[in-house]
Amino acid sequence: MNIVVAIKHVPSTADELEINDEGVNLDFDEVDFTINEFDEQAIEQAVLVKEASGGEVTVIGVDVIEELDGVLHTALAKGADKAAKIVGDLEPPIDSHTQARWLADAIGGLTPDLVLTGVQAVDDLDGQIGPMLAAYLDLPYVGVVTGLSVSDGTATVHKEYAGGVMAEFEVNLPAVVGVQAAEKPPRYAPISKIRQMAKSADLEEYEADENVGDSGCEIRKMAKPVSAGHAEMLEGDAEEVAEKIIEILEERGLL
Amino acid sequence: MSNDILAITEHLNGNVADISYEMVGGAKELAAGFGGQAIAIMLGSGMAEQAGTFASDATLYVDDPALAEFNPAAYGRVLAALVEEKSPRLIMFGNTSMGMDLAAWLSVKAGVPCVAYVNHLAVEGGELVATAQIYGGKMAAECVPAGDSAIVSVMAGAFPLDAGQGSTAAEQMASPVSLDDLPIRFTRLIMPEAGDVDITAQEKLVAIGRGIGSDDNIELAEELAEAMDAVLAASRPITDAGWLPKTRQVGKSGVSVKPKLYLMLGISGAPEHIEGMKDAEFIIAINTDADAPIFDVAHYGTTEDLFDVAEAMLEKLE
Repeated sequence: MNIVVAIKHVPSTADELEINDEGVNLDFDEVDFTINEFDEQAIEQAVLVKEASGGEVTVIGVDVIEELDGVLHTALAKGADKAAKIVGDLEPPIDSHTQARWLADAIGGLTPDLVLTGVQAVDDLDGQIGPMLAAYLDLPYVGVVTGLSVSDGTATVHKEYAGGVMAEFEVNLPAVVGVQAAEKPPRYAPISKIRQMAKSADLEEYEADENVGDSGCEIRKMAKPVSAGHAEMLEGDAEEVAEKIIEILEERGLL
Repeated sequence: MSNDILAITEHLNGNVADISYEMVGGAKELAAGFGGQAIAIMLGSGMAEQAGTFASDATLYVDDPALAEFNPAAYGRVLAALVEEKSPRLIMFGNTSMGMDLAAWLSVKAGVPCVAYVNHLAVEGGELVATAQIYGGKMAAECVPAGDSAIVSVMAGAFPLDAGQGSTAAEQMASPVSLDDLPIRFTRLIMPEAGDVDITAQEKLVAIGRGIGSDDNIELAEELAEAMDAVLAASRPITDAGWLPKTRQVGKSGVSVKPKLYLMLGISGAPEHIEGMKDAEFIIAINTDADAPIFDVAHYGTTEDLFDVAEAMLEKLE
C-alpha cells in the first residue's frame, strides 16, 4: 500500500485576524500558519491504515510561506515514512485549484494506491483540494469520511451525513478520500522525536509550476462578517459574571 | 451558454433535504437577475413524487437504479454530462456532505470557477457576486467568479426554505451517461445508535467545545449541567476525541437543536457548529476569544475563563 497524504499549511484562526491594506485578504505577515486541522486527521488515518494493512505513508504539501518543514517533521514523528514539499517563489494566498494542480502533478508520479486529505480547510474559498485532486488524477473521491479500511484493492469507507447517519461505500483503489475524522484521535509526537526527524529526515522537493492557471475566483473585498447582532457582554470577574448569568436565567424561568 | 441556474437537490432515505428547497428559492431570485430559469435537478430512483415539490421554473429528474442512493461517482458522471449539455450560468450545490464531494470536483472537470461556503449571492449588473464565510467564519470574502459560468456551494440557511417549495411538475429522464462499472459502490446506510439521551428533545443544553481542554474537565461541565437540570452537548472536536458520545454532537454533521437555553463553554462558533444551534431560543457563550464568531450569535457572552465561571456558577447553584 502506497499511501499519500496531501496537506495544506493554512492561517491559524485561533488568533485575531487582520485584513491587508488592499482589503482583499488577510495580512499574512501578521498571522501564524498551522497544519489544516483535518489534515492531522488524514495523517492519523493514513498511519492507522499502514499499521493495519502494511505499506508506506508519504506526506506532501505546498510550502506556502517556507515554514512547512516543522509540519513535515511532525508528520514523520507520528509515523509517516517520507515527506515532500512543493517549493518555488511562493507567497500566500495560493488558492486550492493551484495547490491541487501542483499536488496532483507530484502525487501522480508517486503512483499511490490511496490518497488522503483533510476534508476541508479554513482557506478553501475556491473549494476543497480532495475532490480537485481526484478530478486532476482521474480517480474516484469520497469525502467526509470517518472510517476507512483497505483490503484486496478496495477501500471500505464510512461517509457522514447529518444527524449521525453514515453511508458505507466500497471504493476501487487507487482513490482519493477526504477525511473528516480519523478512527482514533491524532497521536502525540514527542518533541524529542520531532527534533530527531528535523536532524535526520530528507524532505523531497518538487518545483511549483508557475504556469498553471488560478481558480478564477479573485476576492474583491474581505471584511469581518457583518452580523445581525452581537451578544451583550457581561462585565466583571468570573464571580460577578456567574452571578449575572444565574440572575438572567432565573428571570427567564430557565433555572 | 444559457442564463439558467441549476440547483442540485439532495435527498436521503426518500426525504428531500431542506437545503434543496433553500437553493431553489435562492436560484429563483437570481435567475430573474440573469434573465434565465431556475432549474431544480434531482437524481434518484423512485423519487418522481418528491421531484415535483419544488417551486422551480423547471425540474429535471434523472431516474436510474444506480442513483437511488447518493454515490459521488454516479452523481458526478450524470452532473458532468448535464452541465456540458446545458452550460448553465450558475450551478448551486449545498455545502453538505454530498455537495462537498461534487462542487470542487465538477469545477476542475468542467473548467468552471467555484466558490465554497457561500452564504450570500447577488447579481450586480449581470455579474454574480458570491460572499463566502472563510477562515472559520471569521471573515467574509466577496468574489466575482471569472467567466460566464460558475459553481457555488451554499451554506445551510443562506436562503429561506419556503420560497423553494412548490409543485412544479418534473420532467423525468433516463441517465444521459452509462452508469456501469462505477468505481464506487454504495453498500448500506448506518443509522445512529439509539440509547443515549436525545439532545434534540431537551429544553436546556450545556454545550462544550475545544476550550474545555481535556477529558478531565468534562466532569465539571457535567456537574454544572446537572445542577442546571440540563443535558451535556458538544461540538465536533469533543466527540471526535471520544470524550462524549457522537449522539451529543451539535452541528452540520451532528444534529440541529432548538432548546430554550443553550449555554456554551469554550465553543468559538465555527460555521459548522452554528448551523446546528442558531435557532436555540436563548444562547449564552463563554469564550476567552472576544473575536469568536459565536458572540455574533449569542444573546449574552463573556470572555471570562470558562472554568472560573462554571465553578462559580456551580457553587452558587448548590
